[in-house]
Amino acid sequence: MADLALTGVTERPSRWRLASARGGARLWLGAALVAVLLLIAIFAPLLAPHDPVEQDLMSAQLPPAWMTGGEWAHPLGTDSLGRCVLSRLIFAARTAVEVAAIAASLAAAIGIAFGLLAGSFGGWIDQGVSRLIDVWMAFPPVLLSIVLAAVIGAGLTSVVAAIVVVDWTRFARVVRAETLSQLQRDYAAAARVLGLTRGQILRFEILPNLVPLIVTLIAVEMGIAVLVEVILSFVGISVAGDTPTWGGMIVEGRQIVYQAPWIMALPIVSVIATVIGFNLLGDGLRAALDPVHRQ
Amino acid sequence: MTAILAVRDLHVAIGRRGHAANVLRGASVDVEPGEVRGLVGESGAGKSMLGRAILGLLPANAVITAGTIAFEGRDLLAMPEPERRKLLGRRIALIPQDPMTSLNPVRRVGAQIAAVLSHHLGLSKRQARARAGELLAEVAIREPGRVLDLYPHEISGGMRQRVLIAMAFACNPSLIIADEPTTALDVTVQRQVLQLVERLRQSHGAAILFVTHDLGVVAKICRTMTVLHAGRVLEDGMTADVLARPRHPYTRALLAATPRADRPAEALRPVPPALIESLWSEAHRLDRLADAGLPS
Amino acid sequence: MRWGEIIRRVLLIPPTLAGVGLIVFVLLRVVPGDPIAMMIPPGASAADIARLRALYGLDQPILQQFVVWSGQVLTGDFGRSISLHQRVFELVLARLPATLELALLGTVIAVLLGTVVALIGAYLRGRRAEWAIDGGVGLLLAIPDFLWALILLLLLGVILPVLPISGRIDPQLDIAFGTNFYLIESLLTGRLDVAAALLQHMILPALALALPFAALVARLLKAQLAEAEDQDYAQVARARGFSRPAILLRDVLPNALIPTVALGGVQITLLLGGTVLVERIFSYEGIGNMAIDAVINRDFPLIQGLILTFAVLFIALNLAVDLLVTLLDPRLRHG
Repeated sequence: MADLALTGVTERPSRWRLASARGGARLWLGAALVAVLLLIAIFAPLLAPHDPVEQDLMSAQLPPAWMTGGEWAHPLGTDSLGRCVLSRLIFAARTAVEVAAIAASLAAAIGIAFGLLAGSFGGWIDQGVSRLIDVWMAFPPVLLSIVLAAVIGAGLTSVVAAIVVVDWTRFARVVRAETLSQLQRDYAAAARVLGLTRGQILRFEILPNLVPLIVTLIAVEMGIAVLVEVILSFVGISVAGDTPTWGGMIVEGRQIVYQAPWIMALPIVSVIATVIGFNLLGDGLRAALDPVHRQ
Repeated sequence: MTAILAVRDLHVAIGRRGHAANVLRGASVDVEPGEVRGLVGESGAGKSMLGRAILGLLPANAVITAGTIAFEGRDLLAMPEPERRKLLGRRIALIPQDPMTSLNPVRRVGAQIAAVLSHHLGLSKRQARARAGELLAEVAIREPGRVLDLYPHEISGGMRQRVLIAMAFACNPSLIIADEPTTALDVTVQRQVLQLVERLRQSHGAAILFVTHDLGVVAKICRTMTVLHAGRVLEDGMTADVLARPRHPYTRALLAATPRADRPAEALRPVPPALIESLWSEAHRLDRLADAGLPS
Repeated sequence: MRWGEIIRRVLLIPPTLAGVGLIVFVLLRVVPGDPIAMMIPPGASAADIARLRALYGLDQPILQQFVVWSGQVLTGDFGRSISLHQRVFELVLARLPATLELALLGTVIAVLLGTVVALIGAYLRGRRAEWAIDGGVGLLLAIPDFLWALILLLLLGVILPVLPISGRIDPQLDIAFGTNFYLIESLLTGRLDVAAALLQHMILPALALALPFAALVARLLKAQLAEAEDQDYAQVARARGFSRPAILLRDVLPNALIPTVALGGVQITLLLGGTVLVERIFSYEGIGNMAIDAVINRDFPLIQGLILTFAVLFIALNLAVDLLVTLLDPRLRHG
């Protein structure tokens, strides 16, 4: 055992072990919450006891099963159209994950492109992109997304578009700043001396170093996307029709909050758990990945 | 005469338990009423730490592991916090090291002096302001009425140090801890400030513990002196005696390293590294003895 | 130098507003969605539609519409609301005080709450309880204002029905006001019972707006307090016999406030932006709620007027924050 302990000391601990130790409890709690959300989204059809759009006006506004008047057929009760709240929550998780994943990736792609462009070319391109970001960020984000979604119209695309158009600056600003600072470091200078082209330096030297940062930003952005869906639901321009979304359920629940408070409470709890999950994951990732990437 | 301040066998350690480093290793210092005592040592000797311990200003990670600090016969360390606060600023005052950072940048000079006066002497706002003006005049600040309404950034470094000296003497303390009060000032201002402190000491009758690394300053204004190294007192006595006939080799080395008017600069010799090393190894030997629970 | 910066910012206001106006104007018109289609009764003839279009100037080229609109705006004419059939300027002016009062109350609560939490956190520095404060602040910060609105509405409006959850004042109360600043007016005229009735309605939305901002204030201020407390002047104050709470309040806080306002002051625009949804959730009759209605009804003139109003408020707040920093810091005041 003694020699084993010795090698343990001399051997460098793996990057991942170090990283997860730094991320700490936040990282694991966040990852667990997000993992639960993903599993629910993936296995929604297996988990949901009912079809989320199936109406049954005879058993509308049933309370959760443990309250008086509740039935175990609808464990979390039904809404005003008699649809199963639990099933709708589960399928809404699927919508949320879809919207969040697509919107965050698109916002990241556009933001990274602009950020790299501005950061690596500098000069008037940088000036132009920076001004654009400034003007963009001067808009109140809530208003901008509402107006945008309003003009595009209701639907999943509209929600995604609103998030992307409003939030690409988040990525662009950070990537631009980081690219600038990376380009000033020794290894970038060394790469230039080796005769790599600008494109090669970006692809092989700069981009890999930006990965931890981008992963963190995407996690945070996914949390924001879930919130934007709720915001747009209040303006009646979220995902249309019968498709269950947490935002839509909250808005419906607000109408009958005195009669059936649980209809509003349950999606709120889901949104909060999701947002906190993504936030913790983002925080944990930042703490976990940053020092590794600085070393 | 009984000492107004009696520090006995003071041990201070810094750092977390198990990784603590000793900074004071049983230091003892006495200050008689009205006397000026120089506390001399190089940086890291623990002299500032000793001053801070008296004022209750030790850093958060420092612990007093043993010893007593008696002021007018009462142990400051055993005293309840509110009672000690009544002494600090009134009976024991501080002249801090850096006049540039020791005044609050967003409060007017007058308000800062008046705050001390109303806190300790219960003066009304108007009385405190009037007294603050008198104090400024006493530290030879011209137009005190105008300076009262200025912010610290609007007056010079020398003036700020005068303001801090005025604040130290504000409540007629019987002991003043002067923590290298002239180090941050340029030479011409230094002399004026030293003369001012000496004049105020005589008129107010306070004792001063003058913490400094400058033997020249000690020679000028201190009647007695204590030489500190690695948290231990190496030598102690009347300044004239110590400077004329230093007993400890470290004191001799310090003297040889100090520039003097009657000696060319080339004659300066740094303190020999071997001497420093032997002193430190002696200090660490004492640490080990103490850790093992043996008397040193 | 500092004043020069402020003058520069003031000079930049007109072009910024023109830019915002142009972007919104074009955005609203290049995308599908026809306001006329929403106004007309079913079965209206093509001629009727064309007539309405001409009435609102929607048949002109976009750039020409913008020039006409800008000219009108410069003379104080923001056009007529399509859905409410009133002048936009008057509509906004009537509703703006409600939003301003709500945002102001939210700000006051946030600053007080944030400052108290920061002071407690700074006082507990290094102890285990500090950890709990940081965690609580993080939680407050992670949940946005409109979610707080929903949570508060559920907890204090429905489950524990102690406060009203909709409107600005009890509709059964028949009180005449001279201005639209109901709360400020009732406080100034000493009608405290009216003020209390108003506050009952305002406290939940204001609190929802305040909580995340309070957390931001607490986090920024606590860090600045810790830094300021390590400065020599705070240490020296301890050697003068002042107690730690007194030093934190009198010496440390004024110094810590300056960087806190400089860093976090701008974020107050987020609180203002938050009024849009929070007003909606509490059916509070301010310009935020009105903006959502305007969007739903595709009321172009009203949307434009409201967005310009928000833009003006945002710019004004940014300037106010800069002025406040200058006022708080004597070094900048004279420099």
